[in-house]
Amino acid sequence: MSSRAYTHAKGRVIAGNTLAYVVLAVLCVIWLVPVAWLIIISFSKGVAGIPNYFWPKYGFTLQNYVKLFKDSGAASGFYFPRWFLNTLFVAICSCALTAVMTLSVAYAVSRMRFRLRKPYLNVALVLGMFPGFMSMIAVYYILKAVGLTNTLVALILVYSGGAGLGFYVAKGFFDAIPKEMDEAAMIDGATRSQIFWQITVPLSKPVIVYTILTSFLAPWADFIFVNMIMGPTAYKNYTVALGLFRMIDREHITTYFSMFCAGAVLVSIPIVALFISMQRFYVEGITGGSVKG
Amino acid sequence: MEENRIRLRWSGLRRFFAAFVNQANLLGHTFREGDGRTRLSFVLMGFGNLVRGQVAKGLYYFLSEAVFVVYMVLFGARSLVGIVTLGTKTQYIEAIPGQVPKVIRGDNSMLMLLYGVATVLLVVWFIATYFWNISSAMQTQRAVENGEVLPGLRTEAREYLDAKFHVTLMILPVMGLLLFTVLPLLFMILIAFTNYDSSHQPPGSLFHWTGLYTFKALFSNSGVLGGTFWPVLGWTITWAVIATASNYVLGMLLAILINRKGVRFKGLWRTVFVMSIAIPQFVSLLLMRNMLDDFGPINGVLQHWGLTSKFIPFLTNATFARISVLVVNLWVGIPYSMLITSGILLSIPKELYEAAAIDGASPFRMWTKIILPYVVFVTGPYLITQFIGNINNFNVIYLLTGGGPSGLTYYQAGKTDLLVTWLYKLTVNTRDYSYASAIGICVFIISAILSLVAYRNTKSYKKEETFQ
Repeated sequence: MSSRAYTHAKGRVIAGNTLAYVVLAVLCVIWLVPVAWLIIISFSKGVAGIPNYFWPKYGFTLQNYVKLFKDSGAASGFYFPRWFLNTLFVAICSCALTAVMTLSVAYAVSRMRFRLRKPYLNVALVLGMFPGFMSMIAVYYILKAVGLTNTLVALILVYSGGAGLGFYVAKGFFDAIPKEMDEAAMIDGATRSQIFWQITVPLSKPVIVYTILTSFLAPWADFIFVNMIMGPTAYKNYTVALGLFRMIDREHITTYFSMFCAGAVLVSIPIVALFISMQRFYVEGITGGSVKG
Repeated sequence: MEENRIRLRWSGLRRFFAAFVNQANLLGHTFREGDGRTRLSFVLMGFGNLVRGQVAKGLYYFLSEAVFVVYMVLFGARSLVGIVTLGTKTQYIEAIPGQVPKVIRGDNSMLMLLYGVATVLLVVWFIATYFWNISSAMQTQRAVENGEVLPGLRTEAREYLDAKFHVTLMILPVMGLLLFTVLPLLFMILIAFTNYDSSHQPPGSLFHWTGLYTFKALFSNSGVLGGTFWPVLGWTITWAVIATASNYVLGMLLAILINRKGVRFKGLWRTVFVMSIAIPQFVSLLLMRNMLDDFGPINGVLQHWGLTSKFIPFLTNATFARISVLVVNLWVGIPYSMLITSGILLSIPKELYEAAAIDGASPFRMWTKIILPYVVFVTGPYLITQFIGNINNFNVIYLLTGGGPSGLTYYQAGKTDLLVTWLYKLTVNTRDYSYASAIGICVFIISAILSLVAYRNTKSYKKEETFQ
């Protein structure tokens, strides 16, 4: 290759890279604008209703955060600290239950062969194709029949009740672990249970983290089932999602929009931090099962 | 995952009936071969196990029978009748002159149906237990005849950590599924065949079986329900196609851009986009709704800069709203597909690129001939899941527009409503459960057909071996 052609090619690479950086930078700005606005408004003074500006007109303040905690109580009907603890409690309980059950089912259908395995897989597939909200009202009446409506326990049950259907990612992961390891252990006299706990589980860190992460995050984001289970008066048992959702309905948005932003920031920080630190596992968890390349 | 999706269809049903016939045969066989004690197990469950020393097992079967019989006599039989009639006595107010009017409670069709379905599930469980009881009685008889030592409780229990470990693993999740998914779903599916709508609300009034009436109303060309269903269905499909395709292609392009040789700070770029996945959707989407408001910051800034003289109705005009939800959905969805395709792009064998580069392929040709086919192959199942996910994409629509702007000729729906958000509104706002349920069944059928068709046409199904 002549040196001119080389310089030419190099020039093209640099131009290409510059273009790539420009495009990426523009995209990043687009993706960050809503986040930035959320943070800015949460520190803004004198927000009434939906602000029609990006940059605060009346300066900055910490009041929105302070009020979130100080004004919590019967007068406002908003109990942010309480909601936060509720959600944390529900998330921890339901993620523990969900993770154990999901991994159990995934292991059973991946590694063991039993008569009802195929029927189970088919039924799970069919059940998964119905829209989730369809059975919502029936779930409500079942919970009502056992007197659990308006409680956090009901939420935990609802969030972890469907764990038996969410096994696909974990199953894909288990499928990829060589069977020979199990067989070798079996020859040494290990039982299925020992193989599960001592061989499969230690090898499955990414998918375990993925399962825990997704089930931990679910209660923070759901407002549909909470809304149904808690009814309109059980304010104290709301989760943050429903509470914040209520803060900006038509009645409240004029007063509470900046407090909503403050609350949203507080909720998002731990979740985003958790998510980004476990990002690697998240990707491995999803792709580990499907990517065979 | 794929294999299971395809084998679904008739083979499952056929095998189910074959298994049923087998069980019936087994029953006759056992009765002929069995001795007195085994035969007594046909009536007194667990007898065969009990008298031969397997006390715990025998007691389990026996108690199952006792509980079942007591339940059926006290409650179950009535529930099974109730599921047929759905109630006969309507609640009414008795007004005797001179006294305070009194509400005379009638039947509650909803509870009757719910308990009926629960009883049916219980009956199924009992029949299964019954068969296990028979075969267990026969097994113990055989074992005793052959002079084997019967496994004691401890040995049997240990089995549940080894050969029968799957039972231990699955019992809790399956029970959860039965209670919170199967039972509610069966109940709701049955609701579609009744007239449980806003004007038939128990306990005030009863509802009845109406066969396919709700579906006929939904599919009719005339009438307000049909007049809503078809347009909403049309938009749902349009939305799902555009949303899936745009997210997928643009997400892949973004992944290629980030993974481009020579682009630095890959982790940083990726993190910025991943952040939008991590932020709960109700936060980001509610925020977007307010940003796109007629009097929100985007319109404010556009007018401030003098770009528009009047606000742009991003979410309040039907066409604008449809475009807005699609664009906002890009913000939500591109990072996902970027993450997924990133992993796959890195796994493309380097030799493929090198060979193509030596042959003088342009970047565009490399993209169409190597990257795209490879990624489509590997992500085939993911793409279909995404499509079905978009048909069911509740959050983006509900949080952004709430389905609005409302369609004046529609029943309880708006111009951006998907079938699922319409279903939700019918459930929560007007309690038209039978319509909601029929719509849910339609969504199910669409998802089922699409995934079946799509799977058969993806390369991952046709040539599963090629890329492995």
